[in-house]
Order: sequence, then structure tokens, then C-alpha cells
Amino acid sequence: MRGWRLWLPLAAVVLLLGLFAVQLSRPRDDFVRSTLIGQPLPAFALKPMVPGQPGLASADFADGKPRLLNVFASWCVPCAAEAPQLAALQAGGAEIVAVAIRDRPQDVAGFLQTYGNPFTRIGADDYSELQIALGSSGVPETFVIDGQGVIRHQHIGDIRDSDVPDLLARLQEAGG
Amino acid sequence: MRLLFALLLVAMPLGAQAQDQLPPAPYAYRQLDDPAQERAAQALMETLRCLTCQSQSIADSDAPMAGDLRHQVRTRIAAGESPAAVRTWLTQRYGDYISYRPQVSATTWPLFVVPVLLLAAGFLVLRGRLGRRR
Repeated sequence: MRGWRLWLPLAAVVLLLGLFAVQLSRPRDDFVRSTLIGQPLPAFALKPMVPGQPGLASADFADGKPRLLNVFASWCVPCAAEAPQLAALQAGGAEIVAVAIRDRPQDVAGFLQTYGNPFTRIGADDYSELQIALGSSGVPETFVIDGQGVIRHQHIGDIRDSDVPDLLARLQEAGG
Repeated sequence: MRLLFALLLVAMPLGAQAQDQLPPAPYAYRQLDDPAQERAAQALMETLRCLTCQSQSIADSDAPMAGDLRHQVRTRIAAGESPAAVRTWLTQRYGDYISYRPQVSATTWPLFVVPVLLLAAGFLVLRGRLGRRR
């Protein structure tokens, strides 16, 4: 009767250590994901960021064509790093629209000159208002928006080479 | 030493470039004119998490996004929205994570129940031992 009780504290410690081991071996995940996946875009209308290219409004998404919505900024280093992947997505048939967070026209123009311009529209979000309304917590992020303006997917961080096929597939899925 | 200083001066603007160049949002660092509204906004901001720093409230953080969140909170409160409505609007976007206020939910209820159970168990053990001694 007393014999097995003696082992209880040890069992508790082993259980606790096991819990630590499981939690510590998990990869760190600090991402705050948007909880708006599956819901329509909030209503918005952003002024053009650079001259010669239209701004961005929620009404632009209602034409039945799925799009990628890239949240970026000229001052954001990983945004420059994902430029080749955005070009690859564009070459793969994706239409990419963008919102520039807290940015100046001359800075964005310089950024596009240096890293290329895969965007059909760029809206200016001076106070991160659209970013907050989207549940986006940083730059860069990329949303897949279907032809009805419903948010289908959120990619957090810069797009790597390995993410390109996945995003194209999700875009295809959103169109069908 | 002087060379080190010169190097530091050269390196500093490079680091600063990772920041945006825009001025803060109007209500990022400006209080509302109505003291009651400002009090309500301040109390709310102290319980909202900064998303880019994650361990600070937006009231404590100087991150540009925290400033933009303060601007949103203050303008919404000034427009007559209740603090609860603003918190709900934000949790609809970012989930419970953005709110520091503890909430009883499907995942958090053990945090509230377990201490009560442990206290009760402790009380029972104590009563058993004291009772035996008498």
C-alpha cells in the first residue's frame, strides 16, 4: 500500500520534466495571426502612394478575380528581400496589389526603382489603419483575397522561394 | 578611441534607416481634450498588447505601430465608442492575444479552476491531519 505512494513525487517530477521537454522542443512561434481569415475585407479606400499608380480600395476586390494583397514598407528590410519572390509570383500569373505602411512617396518610388514594381495598385496607409483593420501585425505580410473580397489566407513574414508554389496554389483555389 | 567614436557616428544613421520617416499619428502622443475620455482610453491602452514588442502594453511602447494603435483607440473613444467595444473590435482582428485582460474561455478555464481545486484539496488534507491529532 505504502510502496507505490513513495513513487508519486518522482512521477510528478518526471511528468513535469516531460512537459518542459515537449514545450522546449517546439519551434518558437511569435506570430500573431489575423483572425479575419474567411471573412470579407473591411471597407477602406486608400489614396495612391506613388504618382502614376492608382490607390487601393476594398471595392477593387469585388470583380471576381483573386489577388494577393502585399503589406510592405520601403523602410522594411525583409520587404526588399522578398522582391524576387514577388516577381516570381507575378510571372506565375498572380495579380499583386499593395499597401505601403507609414511611408513617403519619394521613399516608395526609390524602393520600387531599386527592387522592381510587381504591384498593379499601391495604397498609402499613413497611420497603419488598414493594417490594424486587417489584423496584420507587421511588415511584410501577404494576404490571399478571393474574387468576392474574402480573405482566404495570411502569409506572415517575407516570402521565401519555397512559399511561391503554395501561394500560387492558394490563389488558384481562391479563384475556383 | 576617437576612431571608434567616428565609426559609431557613421554606423548610427544606418541603423535608423530601418525606421519609417513619417511623423507619429496625431493622437499617438497627444491626450484627448476631455479628461474623462482620456482616462478611459488610457485604462484601455494599458491592457492592450503591443504587437511588435509583445511584452509591453501599447501605452508603454514607443514602437510606431503602438503609436498608431493609440491613435485608433483615442479617436474611437473620442467618437463615442465604449472601451469594451474597442477591445472587441481589436480581438475580432487579433484574437485574445492583443488583450491583457484575463478572459475565461474554452482554453483558459483550467487556470481559474485549478487554484480553487488545489486550495480545497489543501484544506481537506489539513483538516484530516488536524483531526487525527486531536
